[in-house]
Amino acid sequence: MSRTRPRFSRAAVLEGMRASVPVQAAVVPFALVCGIVSQGQGLSVLEAMLMSALCYAGSAQLLALSHWGHPAPVLAAALAAFVVNLRLALMGPVLGPWLDRLRGWRLWGSLFVMADQNWAMSVTQMQAGRWDAGFLFGSGVLMWVVWVLGTGAGHLLGATMRPAPGHPLFFSALAVFVAVLVVMWRGRGDLVPWVVAAGVAAGLARVMPGTSWYIVGGALAGSAVGVWRDQRRHGGTGA
Amino acid sequence: MTLDPWVLAAIGAMALATYLTRAGGYWLFRVVRPPPLVRAMLGYIPGTLFVSYVVPALAAGGVQEWAGAAATAATMLATRNLALAILGGTSAAAAVWALS
Repeated sequence: MSRTRPRFSRAAVLEGMRASVPVQAAVVPFALVCGIVSQGQGLSVLEAMLMSALCYAGSAQLLALSHWGHPAPVLAAALAAFVVNLRLALMGPVLGPWLDRLRGWRLWGSLFVMADQNWAMSVTQMQAGRWDAGFLFGSGVLMWVVWVLGTGAGHLLGATMRPAPGHPLFFSALAVFVAVLVVMWRGRGDLVPWVVAAGVAAGLARVMPGTSWYIVGGALAGSAVGVWRDQRRHGGTGA
Repeated sequence: MTLDPWVLAAIGAMALATYLTRAGGYWLFRVVRPPPLVRAMLGYIPGTLFVSYVVPALAAGGVQEWAGAAATAATMLATRNLALAILGGTSAAAAVWALS
C-alpha cells in the first residue's frame, strides 16, 4: 500500500462531516416524518430511535411501518427492508477503489453508514481524484446522528403535529437527488443511458411501486446500454 | 420507554436485511471479481441510479414537485451549491403549495 495516499485520515472524516451539513436540511424532515409515523404506529420513543439507529434506512423504515401490526411483522418488515435497500448493493461496489484499501471497522463501519446522500457526495469526490475514504465515514456518521435524534424528536412531535402527506417539507428529500444529478452529468455520453434508465424505471415503478426494484432495474438497464454502446463504438470498456 | 420483544425482533431482522444489502453487494464484488464488462457498468451506475429514483417520483408528483425540481436544478447549475439548491427547490415547492 502506498504511504503517500492517505486511505482513511482524520482530516477527511472531519471534511466529510463538514460537507454533509447542507444535506442535513433534507435528513431532518425525513427523520421527523419517520418519528411521527413510528409514534402513530404505537412504537415507543426508544423503539423508534433503535430502529433508526440499527437500520438507518428511511424509505425502508417508512414502508415497514406502513404495514405494522401486533405482534410486529418480523418477516414482512425484513423483506421490505431488503427489497427497498437493494440499491445499496449496487452502490457499494462503485466505491470499490476507496473501500478495497480499508480493513476492519473502517471498512464495515463505512459500509454501515453508507446512505444515498453521502454515497453520492463520495462518488463525486472519488471522480475528482480524491483517495481518502474517511470522507464517506465522516459524512455518514453525522447523518446517522441527525437521523437518530431527528427520529426521537419526530416521535415527541407526533402526538401534537402531523404535516399533511403533500407538504413541501417532504420535497427536500427529492431536491437532494435532483441537485446530485446536476453534478453527476458527465456530458453527452450520459444522455442515452439516462434516458433508458428513466424509461425503464418509470415503467417498472407503475408495476412494482413501494419497492426499489424499479431503481435497480432502471440503473442496470441504463448502465448496460451505456457499456454496450461504448463497446460498439470503441471496442473498449466504458467510461 | 417500553421495548416489546416482537418489535425488537422486527427491528433486528430489518437491520440484518439492510446491512446485508449495504455490505453484501460490495463483498460479492470483492470476492467474485466480475468480468470487465460488468465492472465497466459501475461507471454508469451513479447517474442512472439517481435518474431511476427521481424520474418515477416526478412522474407520480404534480406541479409542486416539477416546479421544485426545476428550481433545484437551475439553482444547482447556477451556483454549484448543494445547500442553496435544496433551499431554492424547497422554497419553490412551498410557493406552489401556498398558492394552490
